[in-house]
Amino acid sequence: MRRLRDRRTLLLGLALLLLIPPFLPGWLLFLLTVAFAKGLVVLGVVLLLRGDLVSFGHGLYYAGGAYAIGIALKDGFPVREALALVALGTAFTTVLAAVVGLFIARYRGIFFGMLSVAFTMILYSLLLKLRWLSGGTDGIPVRATTYVGLETSADTVRLIQYYFVLVLAAAAVYVAYRVAASPLGYLMRAIYDNEIRVEYMGASVHRAIYRTYVLAGALGGLGGALTAVTVGHISPDMAYWTVSGEFVFVALFGGLGSVFAPMIGSVVFEFVRNYAFKFSPYTWQMLLGGVLLVIILFAPGGLWSMFENLAARRKREPAQAPTERMEVQRVPAEGR
Amino acid sequence: MTVVLETRDVTRYFGAVKAADHLSVQLQEGEIVGIVGPNGSGKTTFVNIVTGYVKPTQGQVFFKGGDVSGLDPRELTKLGITRSFQVPQLYTRLSILENMLIALSAHSERHWQFWRPLKTGERINQALRVLGQFGFQDGTHHRVSTLPEGGRKLLDVALSFALRPKLLLLDEPTSGVSVDEKFGLMDTLVGVVKDSGITTVFIEHDMDVVARYADRVIVFAEGSILADGQPDAVFANPEVRRHVLGEGV
Amino acid sequence: MDELTIVVLNGVLFASYLFLVSAGLTFIYGVMRILNVAHGSLYGLGAYMGAWLVLTLWPGGSGALPPAWSYVVLLLGGIFVGVTVGPLLERVFIRRVVDRGEVIPLVLTFALFLILEDVMKLLWGVNSYLADMPYSMLGSISLAEVSYPVYQLLLPLVALVAAGLMWFVINRTLFGKLVISVIADREVSAAMGVNVPRIFTFAFALGAVLAAVSGAFIAPMSAVVPGISIEVIILAFAVTTIGGLGSVPGAAIGAVLVGLLRAVAIQRWPEFDLFVVYALMALILLIRPRGLFGGLEVRRI
Repeated sequence: MRRLRDRRTLLLGLALLLLIPPFLPGWLLFLLTVAFAKGLVVLGVVLLLRGDLVSFGHGLYYAGGAYAIGIALKDGFPVREALALVALGTAFTTVLAAVVGLFIARYRGIFFGMLSVAFTMILYSLLLKLRWLSGGTDGIPVRATTYVGLETSADTVRLIQYYFVLVLAAAAVYVAYRVAASPLGYLMRAIYDNEIRVEYMGASVHRAIYRTYVLAGALGGLGGALTAVTVGHISPDMAYWTVSGEFVFVALFGGLGSVFAPMIGSVVFEFVRNYAFKFSPYTWQMLLGGVLLVIILFAPGGLWSMFENLAARRKREPAQAPTERMEVQRVPAEGR
Repeated sequence: MTVVLETRDVTRYFGAVKAADHLSVQLQEGEIVGIVGPNGSGKTTFVNIVTGYVKPTQGQVFFKGGDVSGLDPRELTKLGITRSFQVPQLYTRLSILENMLIALSAHSERHWQFWRPLKTGERINQALRVLGQFGFQDGTHHRVSTLPEGGRKLLDVALSFALRPKLLLLDEPTSGVSVDEKFGLMDTLVGVVKDSGITTVFIEHDMDVVARYADRVIVFAEGSILADGQPDAVFANPEVRRHVLGEGV
Repeated sequence: MDELTIVVLNGVLFASYLFLVSAGLTFIYGVMRILNVAHGSLYGLGAYMGAWLVLTLWPGGSGALPPAWSYVVLLLGGIFVGVTVGPLLERVFIRRVVDRGEVIPLVLTFALFLILEDVMKLLWGVNSYLADMPYSMLGSISLAEVSYPVYQLLLPLVALVAAGLMWFVINRTLFGKLVISVIADREVSAAMGVNVPRIFTFAFALGAVLAAVSGAFIAPMSAVVPGISIEVIILAFAVTTIGGLGSVPGAAIGAVLVGLLRAVAIQRWPEFDLFVVYALMALILLIRPRGLFGGLEVRRI
């Protein structure tokens, strides 16, 4: 946070997020809560996108975190405290990411994408067909009775869930922020830019990608677990490739320029989805596709870079060329 | 004087082509060596073998007394062999300062490299210092893509230098740079390198540059070493003049 | 004996279906290095067009034209979709991102896929279209004590014809030779005077036609509903990955492998019939990433 302006905006945003909710209706709280939870999954996708890795199968962790909880509850897991359940889901997906990462972190480009899709579809096919384990298409209900010890009633559940998710999401975003600003974070950006140079600097590309992948998986699992607890029900669709595609969409929509971008993108997305779908359910996907096209062709930095450009223009600063874009440069062929 | 690098009978085939033919070379600490020769004579193959880009078909490479034959670039970099490239390999989307910061952080293998920020005051100061040595004063926050070719070459060398090598190999550091800028570039470069006592090897096509800056010249021709010695003596050699300067053909 | 016959018949049928939907995808990748997610949409459009034409011309199973013409109608419907929508997508959208790596075109075609999903809903609504006349018209025959619909024998024939056509086009026509040179090296081909953008458009159209015609010919077998594109594309990805991206023979082998594997799984381990497909896909990617026949380099360290 170099600039005072940034710090002030952040504090203002936090204040709003903390103080306004008690005055908001339940459906709106629910929408925001789900947006924050899903935003964490998108954050994981963004961290990987910064290294030119498109996780088109991040639903693996989203569904993984949710079903770790669901299957445990189904099998008689005695604990109903939300924090414990979420911790279970996140721990499971972190281990899963650590294992999957051993294989997948050696790949790039579309092969990384295809392998990640394959894994999420493997999970989907198992969740769908192994009814005795997962409940099949019926899914599994997930309900926490206490949130950090607080019991909920019909009046208070949405508000309590909101703060629960807000605090955990904020903590996760903070972790992602530290990582993005660390040598590891910059190494990912360097890898995207010039992988060869990274090796010739003595840094391990593979290790950097693996570590980032595990973090991204953990974030995905946390997001999935929080979604499960908030929504109260999980189904195999969470692992279907289209859900992962949606996360990629929101990642590009929000932009890769900041760890806050996924949250903002996710909130805007959930709002628009809510209204657009009600307004015209047969053109909702067309709208998504259209926006994605516009982003790819004309605004590769997503919402975030539009933000930055607006802010720069208002303060009459020279607009810095956005350093985060979905671009691919061919690495110049080394001289003979 | 210690021997920093030694190659013994290093040979490399690319199919039927013998790109390197039993090369045996010893480089002393602190030497500044120019490597010359026509295209295809094996200069680049030699550099590629020493920096791990290519594995020798036969022969061994010793660095600071230890056998490093067959190690990959990453390991060699950590041991102290770095290189710059004919086409500068930089992080073009990041700023000049960020490029240097990454190089400095890649060099130090501390723990918690994912938690502590890259941009610490100490590291920034260090980066600015190194950049300053290479002539980068203001504007280090600009993206690398805004740099002209000469600047890119210098930055490429600066990054390789920042990794604290014992042996630095430069692949045609002045190619693509205008004639008036060449000497300025080499002045800066050699100035920094001489101060730090790093053994430096550079591939060059411009004999004036070699004559002026190198303590020693190694002439390559058809995969083997034609001559090796002080520039004056080497350039007076009629064989060398024939192969490299094209005289008397 | 019965079980084996069922598995073989189902396997061949499924393989034919998979080959038809994958051949175009892998071909386009080979030529343009683009993985076209909208390939599924082209399939869907072909299916809707085919089903709609048949239901319109033969309402309730009968109409003015001879029913035998329904096969021609399906074929023409598919071709029409392929040659109109294909070049449109390629010229207007895909062309702009052809040299921005592999990932961006993938995301772009995903955007097109989303748009076309709704286009299909807007054009044909959300009801299901079951144009089963071409299917039921052929009846069933008895094969090794099993009663088998004749249409399901027609499909492998269509697949073989498509395979033969691809082989002929690639190996025996001028267009095919140009395609091979563009696949080998795009820049050198352009330097030698090949009109690469035109080749791209034609290749894309060919792939689109294959997708759309597949959709049209499979429409009579099961109801055409929104969402078939979503299912198809992921299966096509699996098959092309297994066979090797860019290789049409690879798509054929991959289709046969996956088809038989799925048929066996349905008989023996029905809970895992989907699982085996994606598990094989992951396995191939891990062991031999370029696929069984893929000759392309895999970015991997």
